[in-house]
Amino acid sequence: MRRFGKGWGGSVTLTFCLILVWSLAPKAVTAKEPYKVGAVFAVTGGASILGEPEKRTAEMLAEEINKKGGIDGHKLELVLYDDESDETKCRTRVTRLIKTDKVPVIIGPSTSGNTMAVIAVCDESKVPLISCASSIKIVTPVSERKWIFKVAPSDSHSVERIYEFLLKKGIKKVAIMTVSDGYGSSGREELLRVAPNVGIEVVADERYGPKDTDLTAQLTRIRGTGAQAVINWSVGPTQILAVKNWKELGMTAMTFVQSHGFASKKNIELAGGAAEGVFCPLGRVNIPDLLPATDPQKKVIMAYNEAYQGRFKEPLSAFGGHAWDALQLAVEALAAVGPDPAKIRDYLENRKNFVGQGGVFNFSPADHCGLTKDSFEMVVVKNGTWALAQ
Amino acid sequence: MKEGKPLWKGVPERLSHELKSVMEKLSLGGQLVQYLFTGVTVGSIYGMVALGFNIIYNVTEMINFAQGEFVMLGGLIMVLCAKVLPLPMAFCVTVAAVTAIGAIMERSTINPLKNTTVLTLIIVTIAVSILLKGIAMFIWGKDPYMMQPFSGTEPLHLFGAAIQTQAFWVLGISGIVVLLLTLFFRKARYGKAMLACADNAEAARLVGIKVNLMVLLSFALSAAIGAAAGAVITPISLMEYDRGALLGLKGFGAAVLGGLGSFSGAVVAGLLLGVVESLCAGFVSSGYKDAVALLLLLLVLFVRPSGLFGNVEASKIKKF
Repeated sequence: MRRFGKGWGGSVTLTFCLILVWSLAPKAVTAKEPYKVGAVFAVTGGASILGEPEKRTAEMLAEEINKKGGIDGHKLELVLYDDESDETKCRTRVTRLIKTDKVPVIIGPSTSGNTMAVIAVCDESKVPLISCASSIKIVTPVSERKWIFKVAPSDSHSVERIYEFLLKKGIKKVAIMTVSDGYGSSGREELLRVAPNVGIEVVADERYGPKDTDLTAQLTRIRGTGAQAVINWSVGPTQILAVKNWKELGMTAMTFVQSHGFASKKNIELAGGAAEGVFCPLGRVNIPDLLPATDPQKKVIMAYNEAYQGRFKEPLSAFGGHAWDALQLAVEALAAVGPDPAKIRDYLENRKNFVGQGGVFNFSPADHCGLTKDSFEMVVVKNGTWALAQ
Repeated sequence: MKEGKPLWKGVPERLSHELKSVMEKLSLGGQLVQYLFTGVTVGSIYGMVALGFNIIYNVTEMINFAQGEFVMLGGLIMVLCAKVLPLPMAFCVTVAAVTAIGAIMERSTINPLKNTTVLTLIIVTIAVSILLKGIAMFIWGKDPYMMQPFSGTEPLHLFGAAIQTQAFWVLGISGIVVLLLTLFFRKARYGKAMLACADNAEAARLVGIKVNLMVLLSFALSAAIGAAAGAVITPISLMEYDRGALLGLKGFGAAVLGGLGSFSGAVVAGLLLGVVESLCAGFVSSGYKDAVALLLLLLVLFVRPSGLFGNVEASKIKKF
């Protein structure tokens, strides 16, 4: 102060500076205030296979958006926490996002269990949540899920797509085999529920444990039932075993369909040639190169694929795609209505024709997922890689 | 359908499917052969795990809950070795490596604990099993690993049933293991010494047998058997870091069913458990397969608490 006060020149400079600061500062605060989006993913722990690509995708997309000038000039601030695949931790992180970080919208969590654990928190605080998990229970009953949305397709979409495909091939009698864990039970429930509605007869309903060493007994039993196709619903080693045993028993004349859980090239490698001719429903994000140019999703998926592959040197996964869709939806909502949770919720609920990685979404008050069976494409394993099944 | 056997060409798709599925049906006899073979194959692995339990139990009166982990390590190390070495060499290296792990486990965790109860030792083995599982997860990750069968991938057709050639390897190797063990315990000096420890550790010590060494030997031996089981089963079942626990549990079931400590009982009970599981999955319901196996175990234990082949007199003296 003393130095500036020494003469007229100093005072003038000081006054000028003050005026400059006063005139600029309020502007920076009001017009350039960053928009926050909360995110919670299972970056570590048992579900890290989901959370890792989700985190990478969300951070990459946020960077891209900010490079292009943010949301209407507002910087996008992604507040991302790791829930360590743990329900309690997930709940704490979401509470923190709402209470401390005061975010107007949250994307994630990665798993159905963790999403179910935070629904009450979001509901109470009236902050919209866009989940990246698949269970249908996340968005139903819709009257109790006012603030909850999800971008991952449900099991029923996958089941409906498989049945539609089989019926087109003239197959009406199917055998199902499911693993006795959460994934398999949910799939089995949907397979049995949808079948009579579309005119499919389930002639065998076989189950097995997630650590079983051999599935020939189940397949031999299926062979005796006159089934025309067998649908296997599991993740992990048993989905490889099922394919291997099917080949070894010489049952290749019976169409073999896997669930969307088979969606990894690693599985084809592990089956060591036995997976040739196996069908499975895949999200389009898994097969960017196979999509015809006319596909509405082709453009967004190719752009995402290029950016992601170029940076992380690993193929796209459906999970990363879910994070892309969730963040993109949140950003669009912020651009349209600003950081007001209630307005964001209303915007999301009425969003139609959103072309994302997981499909073309049409949200409505009655449907907070917005996807249909058409979000899956049927593919077949051919020469050790995926090919579109006609 | 994509591929076309010439026979089906020209047949309308819908019809060809009907025909094919009729052709695909198996006679009851064929089904039975299929189930029996599957059961015996899996059962012989249970039997081998049970043998591992028994060897250690006989010498120390404790249950080694890391037994399943030896099988897992055997499988995963075999996958690694088979990539660089010819099969017989890879098999030997695998067994040697896991034997060493078993010996190290005994020296570092069981041996230093003097004057402790059997229960403490059992809890220590549970800790070791968790540790081994964790280490395997770090080294190999969570993905399952696959290995080509020892001799060709083409299955053998017997009475209409398709049997993987690897099944014969499993049966052969378990047969050899049982034979070698029998010879070892009947003829070899160390084998007899181990049996002596089993009968009465105090008396064995008095006549000059190093009980300490016998305990080490028992761990090494059961690790070796576990490794052999893991190495032969991997081409059939794949292998991943957390499969040990379930194999250990089934093997333990077989050991109890056959009567803890009885070698012949372990083999017979293992095979029985495997066959019952497979028949149940085939003829009753695949969902209840594990439940039926456990029910069988409970029933036998109600009627004969010492197991099928267990010695009633001996089981009264033992702590478990």
